[in-house]
Amino acid sequence: MQLEQMYQEIILDHYRSPHRAGLREPFDAESYQINPTCGDEVTLRVKLDEAGEKVEDVSYETLGCSISQASTSVLTDLVVGQSVAESMRVLAAFQQMAQGRGTVEPDEEVLGDGVAFAGVAKYPARVKCALLGWMAFKDAVVRVSEGKETA
Amino acid sequence: MTTVSAPHGAGLSRIDTTRLRADFPILSRTVRGGRRLVYLDSGATAQRPRQVLDAERLFLEQHNSAVHRGAHQLAEEATDAYESARARIAAFVGADPGELVFTKNATEGINLVAYAMGNSSVRTGLGPETERFAVGPGDEIVITELEHHANLVPWQELCRRTGAILRWYPVTDEGRIDLDALVLTDRTRVVAFAHQSNVLGSIAPVAELVRRARAVGAFVVLDACQSVPHMPVHLTSLDVDFAVFSGHKMLGPSGVGVLYGKADLLEAMPPFLTGGSMIELVRMESSTYAPPPQRFEAGVPMTSQAVGLAAAVDYLTEIGMERVHAHELDLTGAALDGLRDIPGVRIIGPDSLDERGGAVAFVVDGVHAHDVGQVLDDRGIAVRVGHHCAWPLHRRFGVAATVRASFHVYNTGDEVAALVEGVQAAREFFGVA
Repeated sequence: MQLEQMYQEIILDHYRSPHRAGLREPFDAESYQINPTCGDEVTLRVKLDEAGEKVEDVSYETLGCSISQASTSVLTDLVVGQSVAESMRVLAAFQQMAQGRGTVEPDEEVLGDGVAFAGVAKYPARVKCALLGWMAFKDAVVRVSEGKETA
Repeated sequence: MTTVSAPHGAGLSRIDTTRLRADFPILSRTVRGGRRLVYLDSGATAQRPRQVLDAERLFLEQHNSAVHRGAHQLAEEATDAYESARARIAAFVGADPGELVFTKNATEGINLVAYAMGNSSVRTGLGPETERFAVGPGDEIVITELEHHANLVPWQELCRRTGAILRWYPVTDEGRIDLDALVLTDRTRVVAFAHQSNVLGSIAPVAELVRRARAVGAFVVLDACQSVPHMPVHLTSLDVDFAVFSGHKMLGPSGVGVLYGKADLLEAMPPFLTGGSMIELVRMESSTYAPPPQRFEAGVPMTSQAVGLAAAVDYLTEIGMERVHAHELDLTGAALDGLRDIPGVRIIGPDSLDERGGAVAFVVDGVHAHDVGQVLDDRGIAVRVGHHCAWPLHRRFGVAATVRASFHVYNTGDEVAALVEGVQAAREFFGVA
């Protein structure tokens, strides 16, 4: 059965008990992303440290399927506490895997629970679901740095 | 065109689906590792019988040429095939051939009307006959909250260009147009609505909406994409001013749609797309335009698609649209009965067969539509998930996405049973059962 390949237990666990869910104060930037093909939404906030070099908190609200919710939950596990540069490396690796049509062998050292989404990559229609929260994170981080520049 | 079986047994709704399905090669393929395909997404696009594919191939192998140009034999044959297609499709929807314009799809048909009205609103260089299509600041375009984006966004754009105001009938909890919630005024210039909702399946009260539009002198634009493929539709009797439908939802090819317009309106309406073959006389300074329908068919048109659509119309006519509708209502009834009994399933749209067609949208408590769709897909069942290009309607019902099963003449009771079973399985898989 192919269903279990896609919905690995890790994904279902994150879906049922998402990590760091909800929107929190304080935050440096917020991003709202939608998937226009299905109407799914995520609002995600990022808080960096004083120097703007380390991810201190990521909080979010999602209205979407199990894949987009679980993926956003996994994202917070992988990037909170990391340097901004490292979080962008993780993001790139996740994106590469998700868009790889199942041909990219994910590195568990980098992606942790994120490797569970390798099965999703075989379903092109669901790749956007898996990336929704990640795109919000990327956008929010860009907004923080832009905000710092103009401040 | 003889492979459609005669009615077996009594009753209008009895269609011999076993024999009929043999006409649709795609229905016998398997998906996702050997699962039998259960295709319940005809509301998005319907499958095509061999008769349609053969008609396209025959045209291309024997008669292909650019229509309405050239004097050689193939040009004659291609033009005859194209105009014969127009005549057969017109007869199918109760219209005169001259009232039918071929477009790329139904979306283009609605845009054609909206842009013709926009062009009429810029009162420079067009004849006085076009003034009746002009809209301006303070005029109203009225639609409904259940419209497909194709019957919403073009009107938003017309309003933006002209200063007209977009208003809409809201939708009731049952999924009907709430006629009491909006009053048309003498500023209402257009009333545009879907004959049958592509999400809810509800059928609009066309006669009443036409009566109200007439009372204030507004044009009626009917989105017939979900009605013409599934039930008898006689556009002249409905007395609408314009209507659109698309080929690929009615067992025909993609890349062809139809705009219907009353003869006197098309006669007076300025063009949307301009260029070759829509002209009467061209000089360097200016041009005059051909009578309808050619005025609205600029460039070399889609031809094998029009021929294929006429073949689809012949195919449907042979079955009989009353029987098609009755068959789909049988399936809809079975789907409603089966889904209603599953705990946590909420039907979005009428929960009865009254004034309804064969689209059934629903949500499952605790399981997102995408995830329901994925479980169904894993079982070979193709449904649509998302907002089905009716985002405001989904917002109105407080949901981001629904699962939609939609039927056509080739679907069976067994397939409906598979759907119901699959929804149960989705609840179990996600632990909400």
